[in-house]
Amino acid sequence: MTRKQKRLSVILGALAFLGVATGLTFYALGQRTSFFYMPEDLQTAAVPAGQRIRLGGLVESGTVLRGQGTDVAFSVTDGTDSVKVVYAGILPDLFREEQGVVTEGAFREDGTFVADSVLAKHDENYMPKEVAEGLKAKGVWQEEQ
Amino acid sequence: MVELGHFALVLAFALSLVQSTIPIVGSQKNDARLMAVAGPVAVAVFTLIAASFLVLTWAYVVSDFSVRNVFENSHSMKPTLYKITGTWGNHEGSMLLWVLILSLFSALVAAFGRNLPATLKTNALAVQGWVASAFLLFILATSNPFTRLVPAPFEGQDLNPILQDIGLAIHPPLLYLGYVGFSVSFSFAVAALIEGRIDAAWARWVRPWTLAAWIFLTGGIAMGSYWAYYELGWGGFWFWDPVENASFMPWLAGTALLHSALVMEKRSALKIWTVLLAIMTFSLSLLGTFLVRSGVLTSVHAFATDPARGVFILVILSLFVGGSFALFAFRAPSLTAGGVFQPISREGSLVLNNLFLTTATATVLIGTLYPLLVEAVSGDKISVGAPFFNLTFGPLMIPLLALVPFGPLLAWKRGDLYAAAQRLAWALGGAILATLVVMIFVDRTMLFAALGIGLAVWLFLGAITDIALRSGFGNTSFSNMRRRFFGLPRSAHGAALAHLGLGVALLGIVATTAFQSEHIVALKPGETTDIAGRNLRFERLVPHQGPNYTEDQAVFTLISGNREIGSVSSAKRLYTARRMPTTEAGILTRGFSQLYVALGDPTPDGGIVVRIWWKPMVTMIWLGPLLMMIGGILSISDRRLRIGAPARRKAVLAPQPAE
Repeated sequence: MTRKQKRLSVILGALAFLGVATGLTFYALGQRTSFFYMPEDLQTAAVPAGQRIRLGGLVESGTVLRGQGTDVAFSVTDGTDSVKVVYAGILPDLFREEQGVVTEGAFREDGTFVADSVLAKHDENYMPKEVAEGLKAKGVWQEEQ
Repeated sequence: MVELGHFALVLAFALSLVQSTIPIVGSQKNDARLMAVAGPVAVAVFTLIAASFLVLTWAYVVSDFSVRNVFENSHSMKPTLYKITGTWGNHEGSMLLWVLILSLFSALVAAFGRNLPATLKTNALAVQGWVASAFLLFILATSNPFTRLVPAPFEGQDLNPILQDIGLAIHPPLLYLGYVGFSVSFSFAVAALIEGRIDAAWARWVRPWTLAAWIFLTGGIAMGSYWAYYELGWGGFWFWDPVENASFMPWLAGTALLHSALVMEKRSALKIWTVLLAIMTFSLSLLGTFLVRSGVLTSVHAFATDPARGVFILVILSLFVGGSFALFAFRAPSLTAGGVFQPISREGSLVLNNLFLTTATATVLIGTLYPLLVEAVSGDKISVGAPFFNLTFGPLMIPLLALVPFGPLLAWKRGDLYAAAQRLAWALGGAILATLVVMIFVDRTMLFAALGIGLAVWLFLGAITDIALRSGFGNTSFSNMRRRFFGLPRSAHGAALAHLGLGVALLGIVATTAFQSEHIVALKPGETTDIAGRNLRFERLVPHQGPNYTEDQAVFTLISGNREIGSVSSAKRLYTARRMPTTEAGILTRGFSQLYVALGDPTPDGGIVVRIWWKPMVTMIWLGPLLMMIGGILSISDRRLRIGAPARRKAVLAPQPAE
């Protein structure tokens, strides 16, 4: 091979490599990301059972039920609608009634949301950013201060 | 008193403007007097910012709640250590730490750069001055830490309890030393572009600075990971959180920069690429600062959400990134190409390393920015998490790691792949053996985990092969080998140790991810549960009163066979000032493995929900980066890299061992 051919093959190899990486990235962006919904959004958006989403809102007061051992059930609300969530595991420290949560998981066939993670990550006002923005947009929650 | 801090900061801003302008006018006009301004002014700016920082720290230590920043983030009952660290546990203070470290690096360049060409040093200090001016203006205009409150409140609002930890003393300063340390490589790159001249010596001057920043960033990221692991109570060590990514991207690009600067130094090739990488690395640091400080992300790191700040940093970011890339585009064609090499060579392997690392950086960048982009365009909120990164970053890392042992065994210019493969045959054998051992004795179903451990062993043995061959293994007597081993340049030991550390970290990550056992159970005092072949007994719940919190400590005993092998206590803590609960995980280290116990809520029948993990080899995840840091320190102490060494070596020609 001449030097020119060699250089060309190296460049082609690098391009092929970048092509594969790009393809993989776009595939992953399509498949491996999850959308964020508030309970009211679910009235209009059709989310099939089994598809991973993130569901956020406030923990509806009086709905937190502790079952056997580590099972917990509660409802997530945005003031308009509410969704029943079941979760097996330890709730985060900042989980409490009337406070914002983000749960991640999928709907069961019966319409119950099975969460495999519950986050109460928060800013200074104990409110996850997405939830705060969603609630502000609905006029349910105003910033304190 | 507090106003003195503010005045010092204003004065530092004014002097930074001097540092940004006068020296560069001098270097353009070739006026030595104007150029000589750069050094002393850089030192003065550092002194002023340090004074300002000390004033703020003092306000924290004496709990001066008339300062708004202290009122919002401190409490008189807080232990003194956390009063001090609380100085940078908030937006304003952390930005002040940011510029403090930036000016520290400028002062160090001014102090240790005596042997640098005068124009390069002057221009680099001027570029440092631009960055410092921009960020000082940002602090003074939008994030002044010295704002007063009238009337002064009696008590502060306390620091976020998650931050009340020794981790806050170490993680942010280390991380910033790394992040901001890359500003030096950036300034040197821009200075070289301004001059339009660049040679192999440039790489030799820049490499120690890059290496120092890389060492600190490695430590900062590893420390942050361990902190999140023990403090958050989730038992995870890496979450692909956008803020973690923000620090990981400069690390990946900085690692690439270290390797390409090596090629440039030794073979004067890849000049343009190295300059571009230097610019990209610091651009990613700036991007990270923007992501973390602008409040566009949800994160424990996002202290404040003031849109004006976000816009301000975005303007700084675009000015510096846009400006430096424009300068690059303008000047790069005039830089001459360097030495040629075959694809199979040391240079070739380092190019491959760069290709993988920069592509990996790009995937992390896309995964981090994509949600912001989607939200800006369509308003949909999406999250890009571990599944995305496992599918994109993972496949890029596996071939890179598999290729690492080959690189150091290939010769410069033209390497012999077959000979390298022959020398690595035993390492491959060891890796296959390790894979088989895991498959047969640990878990037959986990092929990928077994292969991952094989890959770690391959890295491990590859690093040993590199050092053994350099010491003359197989060619010379043992005593001769030992002599040669100690006579090797420190950078050779450093590189091998860093690659070894990579293997160690990989081993920890694979073993923990694949073979950890997790167990969630409700326990009453006296009850026992089993975890990974051992028993854990819940002894009792003890109330405890701390300085600014109350907690219930649960005491557990770990039993193996019939022997009690250790005790661990985990707690639910309530910080009284903010009424904020935290989980204090109980961790018991056995060898390289750890038992991790986190408490949940009490059950109605008088028990408590407990989450227990057995994490095999987990400490290796952080021992690996520690080895990398030691490798970096060894490398930086190498005589050839010591700042100014090239000039001195002309005078004293010491015998150098052959490579």
